[in-house]
Parts: sequence; C-alpha cells; structure tokens
Amino acid sequence: MNWNYFSKRFGQALLTLATTITLSFVLYHAMPGSPAESLKNVILSQQAASGSGTVDLERLNRMVSMYTNIQPDEPLHVQYYQYIHQIVIEGSLGTSIYENKPVTALIFERVPWSMFISVYALTIGYSLSILIGSVMAYTEKSRFDSVSSSLIIGLNSVPYYIVGLLLIYVLAIQNELFPYGGRVGSNVAAGFNVTFMQSIVWHATLPVISMSMLGLGGALTMRGNAVRVLGEDYLRVASLRGLRRSRIATQYVGRNAILPMYTQFMIGIAGVFSSAVIVEQIFTYPGVGLLMYNAIQTQDYPLLMGSLIIFTSVTVVGIFIADVTYGFVDPRISAGGTDE
Amino acid sequence: MSSRDDAVDLEELFESSDEYDPVPRGERLRRWFDLSVLAPARVAINDWRALIGTIILGCYLVVGTVGVIVVERPYSDVAPRNAPPFQNLDYILGTDTVGQPIGALLVHATPAMLKMIFAGAMVSVGLAALVGLLSGFMRDTVVDTVLMSITDVIITIPGLPLVIVLLAIFAPENPYMVGVLLGLDNWPGLARTVRSQVLSIREEAYVEASKIMGLSTLTILRRDLLGQLMPYITINSALSSRRIIFESVGLYFIGVLPFTTFNWGVMMNMAYQNHALTRPDRLHYLLFPMVTIFLMSFGLVLFSQGMDSVFNVRLQARHASTTDGEVTADE
Repeated sequence: MNWNYFSKRFGQALLTLATTITLSFVLYHAMPGSPAESLKNVILSQQAASGSGTVDLERLNRMVSMYTNIQPDEPLHVQYYQYIHQIVIEGSLGTSIYENKPVTALIFERVPWSMFISVYALTIGYSLSILIGSVMAYTEKSRFDSVSSSLIIGLNSVPYYIVGLLLIYVLAIQNELFPYGGRVGSNVAAGFNVTFMQSIVWHATLPVISMSMLGLGGALTMRGNAVRVLGEDYLRVASLRGLRRSRIATQYVGRNAILPMYTQFMIGIAGVFSSAVIVEQIFTYPGVGLLMYNAIQTQDYPLLMGSLIIFTSVTVVGIFIADVTYGFVDPRISAGGTDE
Repeated sequence: MSSRDDAVDLEELFESSDEYDPVPRGERLRRWFDLSVLAPARVAINDWRALIGTIILGCYLVVGTVGVIVVERPYSDVAPRNAPPFQNLDYILGTDTVGQPIGALLVHATPAMLKMIFAGAMVSVGLAALVGLLSGFMRDTVVDTVLMSITDVIITIPGLPLVIVLLAIFAPENPYMVGVLLGLDNWPGLARTVRSQVLSIREEAYVEASKIMGLSTLTILRRDLLGQLMPYITINSALSSRRIIFESVGLYFIGVLPFTTFNWGVMMNMAYQNHALTRPDRLHYLLFPMVTIFLMSFGLVLFSQGMDSVFNVRLQARHASTTDGEVTADE
C-alpha cells in the first residue's frame, strides 16, 4: 500500500466533509433574510400554533443557537468557529425544530435502514450490469446481444421512481405479492428471529429493485469495454498459450474491462444514496431520505442541513473504502497515476 | 482497428510532415466542413438510432413551441371529470379529477420543461468543458490541482440532497433557475472525462506543433481541442438533459418544487394523491405523463447512442477519408 496515495485520498475525504459543513453554514446565511430572521419566523409560527405567548429577543437568539448551533449575535468568524466546533468536537448537528429532539439522534436511528437498501441496490445493480455486459460482449451481434441492448436502452429511459411506481402497481396492488410500503410488518415483533428478518427483506425488495435500476446503465459500458478487450492481441496470445477459458474470462477480460468503469462506480455511489430521497418517499420507507423529505415539508432547517451532512459523510466513507480497496486491485493507481 | 495502430500511424504522419506547406484556407474550410458536418450527417442518416432520436426530440420541440399555441390552455371543468381516454376527440387522453384535459396539460408542461433542460444542460456541459479543458491543459499546475479537488468534492457530495436543500431554501419558480440549480451537481463527471481526453489529445503531434509554433494557450484550446471534444460534449449534453428531466420530474413528483407551473411531475403527483394507483378509472391520469417522460428520455438516449457511433465511425474514418475520400459506416 502506497502511503502517499492513501493520505491523498484521506485528505480528499476530509476536504469534502469540511466543504459540506462550510456549505451548510453558508446556506444558513444565504437564506432569504438572515438565518436568525427566517428561523425566528419559523419558531414564532410554531410558538403561535402551540399558543405559548410572546418571546423576547434574547430568548429567541438562544433558541436559534440551540436549534442551529449558530449564535446570531456573534461576529461571523466566531459563528463559523462555533458551528464547526459543535459538529466536529461535540458531534452535535443542532436540534430539530419540529420534533424538538437532537438531529443526530433522529438521523442515526434511520441511517442503518437507508444503508441497508442502498448497499443492496448498489451491489445488485452493478453485479447485474457487469454480468449482462460481459455476456453481451461474448455473444456479440447475437440475438441475445441485440435484445438486451435495446432492453437496457429502454430501461435507461425510465426514471427509477417510475419503475418503483410500476412495481407497486403490478406487484403490490394487482398481485399483492409484496407490501406497499414501510420497512417491517406491523404485527411482527422486533428481534433476532426469522420472521422479523423475512419481513425486513420482503419490505426492502421493491425499493432495492427500483434503486438498482440506476446501476444498470453500466451494462452498455461494460459491453463496450469487454468487446474492446476481446479484440486485443494479448487475449489471442492467452488462448494460444492454451489457458483455460474461465481463466481468460476472469483474469484477462474481466479485470481489464471492469477497471475503466471505476470512475462511473464512484459517481454511482453518490447517485444511489441520492436516489434514497425519492425512493423512500414513494415506498414510505422510513430512512434518512424520508426524514429529509419531512424536514422540507415542516421547514425544519436544522434537520435538513443535518441530513445533507450525514448523506455526504456516508458517501465519503463509501467512496474512501472503494478508493483504498481499488489501490489493491489496480497496482497502477497506487503507483500514483494522475491521468484517470 | 485497434488504437495502437492509430498511434503508430500518427507518429509516421508527424515525421513525414516536417517540411509540409500549409493547406490553403479554402481547402481547409472544405475539409473541415466535410469532416465535421457532412460526414456525421451522412452517418447519422444511416444510423437509425440517431435518426429516431432526432425525430422524437424534434416532435417535443414542435409541441413545446407550436403546440402551446394550437392546444388551448387547460382550465378546471372545461370537460367532464374523470373521463376515460380515447372516447372523445376534444380530450383524447381523458381528463383528470377536476376536469382538465390530460393531453392539454401535457402539452402546456412542455415549454417549461424545455427551458429547464436547456438551462441545466448549458450549465453542466459548459462548466464541465471549461473546467476539464483548463485543468487538462494546465496539467500539474496549481490551477489543475485546485480545479480537480473541487471536482472531486462535488462528485462526492450526493447531488439530490444538495439540490433539495438549495431548492428548499431558495424556492425557485422560474424554470431556468430550476434548471441551473439541477445542472450544478451534474458537471464533475464530464469534467473529468474532458480532462483525460485533453491529456491524451495534447500528447498528439499537431498540438505539440502548435505549441512549438508559439500559439497562445487560448488559440490552441479553440482550434485544436474544442473540435475534437465536440462529440463528447454533444453526447453528454443529451445525457445530462435526460438527468435533468429525471431529477426535476422526480422532485415535482414528490412535491419538493413549488407547484406553480404545469409539469409532468406535478401531474403524476396529483394523480398519485388521488389514488390513481388503486383506482383503475384514474390510472390513465398517471400513465400518460409517465409515457411522455419515457419517450422524451428515450429520444435523448437514442440520440446520444447514435451520436456515439457517429463519432466512433468518424474516428475510424479519419484516415480513410484522407486516402480515398470516402466515409464508410461499419455497423
């Protein structure tokens, strides 16, 4: 393992996190009016709804700082320092205005569920696309190739949430094979038992299928790469040397065709986590995406910013792991190439 | 033909053109026209994907400009409520729960969509080309490092949550503004592609030659690189347009964007809220917007695929056209 490569990637991950936190700070200030103003309005309207009299300015400022970690009466650089200090040192993302609970508690309760469906969607989507792509390349210009090519072009033109809606209509409403929404059956006791886990998998199936549509576009890229590799001279040499077909397929074709798709996968990680917001809303799957959606509806800015920061952190960790393991797979990368 | 042969050919070309007179301007213009307009057009007509894609996109363009004038703006109760499709010529696609003809709703949502796509594609492709070109050309300088760091940071931040936060705070109603915001998270992938293309092209002899001749960076960028990169940019404009459609319709559908204009996503949202999934007599209200979105993205995908093969053929035919002046498409 090359330490230079490792530290470069680590630095990149830290930079991304710092940028996101700074961005959320900037966005608080970019809100129409100042953050204090707009939050005061939100808090006041909530107070009025609950009917608890008037609030004086100092108390309002204290409440703004409790909710957002921003002290509106301090100078800007002090605000910024305190904001970062709160997040990095104290691990606090503020307090949800609507639920009146710490944002971190609300989000971390839901992160495992979002991770669960996203990771499965990623794995299934990419494995399928690599598999289909290589079979298509091996059977180039056959009927299978042309049929699945057109199928994938067709699927590429359907947004994943429309796939989700159609799945709900066909499999959940017309045939009642799968549940309509939620993450676990209402009468299933939580715990480490088979029925509970079955119910979880059952509820996750449709969201996972609709999210994995995002990865399928890779099949055509994989096909292109594999066709190109299949035409290379070293492959002919390999078969002349009498190597086994399976060895040629995995070691020669597979490896050389998959490596160029690396960047696409990396962008895909962020894309799949992104899609959680829409997919979870359609399937009423209570993950971070649905939390974020509810935060928009209730104008719960601390929760909204917190979700963005957590979404980014999860993606950064995912990409960092992919980066580091990629160094093992492709020795050229850890040797420090900058061309890719 | 493999790329290795190509490289060898180019080197030979470079060596043999040491004492080469510049080609007259008229001839250069004719060659340029042949290479970048005639040849792609000829191949495009032969490539069914590019042809169909262009026709579909053309239809949407006509609907978005002329269709809006021909078809009346829909209002509530201009037609009976919940009418099924294909029954009456006045509202051929049926009507929704408040009696608006669905066909008219679809047509009147098109212009805003086109504006959104235009703004989004311009922003994402423009930024990508700018960043990729600059960074590729100033390889290993501070500019390159800074630009690529920014690109990597934006690649990593999940686009949709970021866009949602931006939309929640600024609540834009202007379709151009929505398009710009959606385009903002879209450029980094293409910027990286452009950069690596620039890195490989700038190793080629003619760029090297321009440098030795003392041409400025800007001139080299404009004359030698941009032309080579145009195909990538065209293809990626189509793909990022598709992404803008997906994202904007999705955000209208879940109700994050304000419901101020006609939009296919808004229609889907209304249909979904009115239980179109569980009531068969309302299913068409949800289905037709879906088909509309599918067809438009299908057109864009076909167009980009077709352009891709046009571009590849052109690469292959580059040497062929100088030897026998014939562009042949191999399928």
